[in-house]
Amino acid sequence: MSTLPATRSFANVTVGDELTPLDLPITRTLIVSTAIATRDYQVVHHDPSIAAERGSKDIIMNILTSNAFVGRFVTDWTGPNSFIRSVKVRLGAPNYPGDTMVITGSVTAKDDANKVVIVAVKGSNSMGDHMNATVEVVLP
Amino acid sequence: MSNTTSDIIVDATPEAKAAFFNELQTYVGLEIGAPTPAPDEINAPMIRHLVEAVGDKNPVYTNAELAKQSIHGGIVAPPTMLQAWVMNGIDGPARTGDGPYEKMNQLLFSRGFTSVVGTNSEQTYVRYLRPGDQLTMRTVIDSISDEKTTGLGTGHFVSTRQDYYDAQDELVGSMLFRIFRFQPKAKAPAAKPKALRPRPATTHDNQWYFDGLNDGVLYSQACAECGEVRFPTGPMCPTCHSLKWEKVEMPLSGTIHSFVIAHYPQVPSFDYPLPVLLIDIDPSISHAGKPGNNKVRMIMNSADTDLDALAVGSRVRIEIRATDPDMKLPFAILDSTSNTGATS
Repeated sequence: MSTLPATRSFANVTVGDELTPLDLPITRTLIVSTAIATRDYQVVHHDPSIAAERGSKDIIMNILTSNAFVGRFVTDWTGPNSFIRSVKVRLGAPNYPGDTMVITGSVTAKDDANKVVIVAVKGSNSMGDHMNATVEVVLP
Repeated sequence: MSNTTSDIIVDATPEAKAAFFNELQTYVGLEIGAPTPAPDEINAPMIRHLVEAVGDKNPVYTNAELAKQSIHGGIVAPPTMLQAWVMNGIDGPARTGDGPYEKMNQLLFSRGFTSVVGTNSEQTYVRYLRPGDQLTMRTVIDSISDEKTTGLGTGHFVSTRQDYYDAQDELVGSMLFRIFRFQPKAKAPAAKPKALRPRPATTHDNQWYFDGLNDGVLYSQACAECGEVRFPTGPMCPTCHSLKWEKVEMPLSGTIHSFVIAHYPQVPSFDYPLPVLLIDIDPSISHAGKPGNNKVRMIMNSADTDLDALAVGSRVRIEIRATDPDMKLPFAILDSTSNTGATS
């Protein structure tokens, strides 16, 4: 029987800790497959010619996917026995195909009473910040 | 997104601006329509599709055995997937266009705030969702900011709050979603003015013909000695070789001798498909009976024409129209009332 991977414990986290960075190549396949997997059929997420007609230079990643990557990025670091309480994202430069989003993060605060760790997450691409997020995650 | 500038209401005074803002605020707190049920219950296939696409290897989303060992006690959906469960899908929103949200948007559109960009997504989770959960979403207009100017332009931030309930009507999560509804700062560059038609190559021997068109008269040319009518214009009678000539005013009617419909190559000043017609101009009255009077043939475009109706032998009337501010040219207009019915 396989066993659950380890989960970072609240006691072992210190304010200032950095999360493992993630370099994410933004491919057309990524943008389209994540848009459809989130049931987001808006044309700017899959049709380059219509996106161009509407003033976007190409298709762009949808917001639901940005949220999903924030979640993945945090639980990649915490492990499976964590509970995300909130994900608050401020959106910026769009993610176009051919770009790379570098996701970085660090622990900004700890709530000892509730074992909640506050993590600041930033996703940057060649144009600047795609997103700045704040995540509350409960650790064992 | 389109930005119509013609019908924008401008609130010029502080009082007018305040009245507009107060009207906007009447929408705050309103539920935008009936609760939206998620089309599918929370299910493992949709979870797997998304975690595969984003490369999320957390076993609690897909591995039942490992998920059972976790604090979640079984497979759960990624919390950030909350919104995906109630997305409209490919057919778009099912809501009719007369709810409070649509009316609020119409009010914003009336001031030119037609463009939109998502700025914030704030999700909070009461619990993780499990396969079998059936969600219902209720959406309330949470707040509308006063007028703000950002790098994008001037507009209003509009926040909606979506509350998600399970089958027991317990709140399981919420999302505050903020958009900026704005009038773009930088106007799109003005559409390139349409190219002018190529200018005719005019000489001493044909300038008067184009001058005639600009005066609204269609001229041909006749020899002043033998009377032969000729076109195109030239300095010498091809028959008697006289250099003396006179203008001949031609009727604005004729018959299609031949035509083509040009598709390529396309020249910027023309609209395509472009009908190019060879017209047998009706004989002039002033030179009735003179040689050549019934052989004046001119090339021109057609206007207002159903291309499928063009036929050799069809009657046309000729209108002299301004193509550019400084140039008038003859156009053949299919005269459907006197079509001879001849076909090629």
